[in-house]
Amino acid sequence: MEIIVCLKQVPDLQQIRIKRETREPVLEGAPFVFGAFEKNALEEAVRLREKHGGKVIALALGNAKLKDTIIEALAMGADEAVMLTDPAFAGGGSAGTAQALAAAVRKIGKFDLILMGEGSADNYSGQVTGRVAELLDLPQITYARALSVEGNRVRVTRDLEDALEVVEAELPVVVSATSELNTPRLPPLTAILKASKKPIKTFTPADLGLAADQVGAKAAVVQTLSNLAPEQERKQVLFEGDADKAVDELLKALQKENAF
Amino acid sequence: MANVLIFSEQDTGAFELLSKARELGTPAIAALGKTNVGGYFEYGAQQVFVGEDARLSEFNADGYADALAQIADASGATIVLIGSTKRGKELAGRLAQKLGCGAVMDAIGLAMQDGKIVAQRYALGGNTIATDVITSARQVIAVMPKTFEAVKQPVSGETVRVELKLREPRVKIVERKAKPAATANVEGAETLIVVGKGFAKQEDLGLAEALAHALNGEIGCTRALAADYHWLGEERMIGISGKKCKPRLMVSLGVSGQIQHTVGILGSKLIVAINKDKGAPIFKIADYGIVGDLYQVVPRLAERLRR
Ligand SMILES: Cc1cc2nc3c(=O)[nH]c(=O)nc-3n(C[C@H](O)[C@H](O)[C@H](O)COP(=O)(O)OP(=O)(O)OC[C@H]3O[C@@H](n4cnc5c(N)ncnc54)[C@H](O)[C@@H]3O)c2cc1C
Ligand SMILES: Nc1ncnc2c1ncn2[C@@H]1O[C@H](COP(=O)(O)O)[C@@H](O)[C@H]1O
Repeated sequence: MEIIVCLKQVPDLQQIRIKRETREPVLEGAPFVFGAFEKNALEEAVRLREKHGGKVIALALGNAKLKDTIIEALAMGADEAVMLTDPAFAGGGSAGTAQALAAAVRKIGKFDLILMGEGSADNYSGQVTGRVAELLDLPQITYARALSVEGNRVRVTRDLEDALEVVEAELPVVVSATSELNTPRLPPLTAILKASKKPIKTFTPADLGLAADQVGAKAAVVQTLSNLAPEQERKQVLFEGDADKAVDELLKALQKENAF
Repeated sequence: MANVLIFSEQDTGAFELLSKARELGTPAIAALGKTNVGGYFEYGAQQVFVGEDARLSEFNADGYADALAQIADASGATIVLIGSTKRGKELAGRLAQKLGCGAVMDAIGLAMQDGKIVAQRYALGGNTIATDVITSARQVIAVMPKTFEAVKQPVSGETVRVELKLREPRVKIVERKAKPAATANVEGAETLIVVGKGFAKQEDLGLAEALAHALNGEIGCTRALAADYHWLGEERMIGISGKKCKPRLMVSLGVSGQIQHTVGILGSKLIVAINKDKGAPIFKIADYGIVGDLYQVVPRLAERLRR
């Protein structure tokens, strides 16, 4: 089986600071990571390859720092990686990203399955999944919590609000992963060392046959006017030490607040 | 006035969107895989587009997106509002691509400014709220359930039957196992006790239940306890992929306070946190906190409240 896994590199969202005066996020200094659900997607791809043979290709569109996280994907078991790091790809939003990813998939050519996360770590919208599936004219199966392949068919249990739905489709298909699909492995140090020797390809828009206005900021159809942290003023009073005493102090404070 | 087309798999969501759409333009709604459409007129739908096609009897993202694209063309809709459920979201992305336009998912606010739709959504995993404008000629917005109030405004609209050209669904539904119906309403709770991975075993949740009982509150939880451990139902999960709550008092027990969770509790009037780690981010958004072992603190707190 040839499996393509789409991974998005994002700044570690837990390490983003908010500027107090302006409520603006400060991204500088935050390390880059892959989204959690994309690790589930990658883990599933590696397990399928271990069972059925074939190849796992990690595909990611990102900035100049992408290679660090791509190495992690290779260490987790991807066989090859394709990076779209040309600055021309930047700023395209979900629509531009989907165009580029779909074009890269076409360039890769041979595949049975495309795996994604149920949402990226920062946007968590799942929009790219539907767009890529549409661009490639493939069926999509989202929110997978169990997946198996038999012959040329995939069987997936989807996790929806009101039901678990078992569905089947013929390959190739686009599937998005939830955290219940599996527990991603932690690669051993030896795998990390070996990872940097695996093949990494880099495509430019021209390599993918995309014109300048089909990618990046020129292709963006959504403009972000502002992006600010919600206002939060909290008292942050902490009680420590003896549990009885702390409970006592807390109750006094809550009574003053008319909390009950 | 813009033509606004609405689709929601859930009627309550459809009524909310119809109510909002009346402000934005002329509302119409697509009834796919449905036979009972009368309710939509109660909420101001000027047109109800009915696509009678056996291929729509079960939801499938591709087919439904195809049907909606054709209805959008037929109705001249420039704005498409979709209920942002899981099915709605997977549909909206695909539809936007079919229409060649921009989309915003999980919108929590919506307004018309200078003839363009401006939408708010959580960004950076919940750290921020982004305000987006969709610059393409048509716009698809998936709106979070309960963002707008459903307000009746009966009209005598028309039912339009549309001929759709659809392909056979490529994803076959083999089996559907309904989840147990929701037993909790964390969104409406005045007092909320939220439990996290600080609880070592499912049995220990009894401590939280005792506290909830003493405070007459509802129990909510972080993602792990619902989605990974299945200790509690998903209707209790709070955060960016769960419920957004606004209780008067919320008490958080053994919750670290990762941003994806805390987006769901920012609307709380008063936040109390109990966590053994003084550095836990939850204390940054708490009004009051106890740094301590919940196994020590919670029974004492419940006991004192009972008295
Ligand atoms: C895209 C995305 C979407 C997500 N959506 C959601 C969502 O909607 N909702 C959600 O909740 N999460 C969500 N998550 C997961 C989220 O990032 C966190 O992993 C999760 O909220 C952490 O849950 P927790 O606080 O229960 O566990 P942990 O982070 O493990 O925290 C446990 C806390 O308990 C404390 N503790 C341990 N023992 C004790 C004790 N005896 N007494 C007192 N304190 C103790 C620890 O100090 C720690 O702070 C999402 C993640 C991603 C990537
Ligand atoms: N820049 C990117 N590079 C590779 N894959 C991506 C990128 N952006 C989104 N994806 C994939 O699309 C999924 C949904 O993303 P989103 O629509 O942003 O929630 C992610 O989980 C990834 O699998």
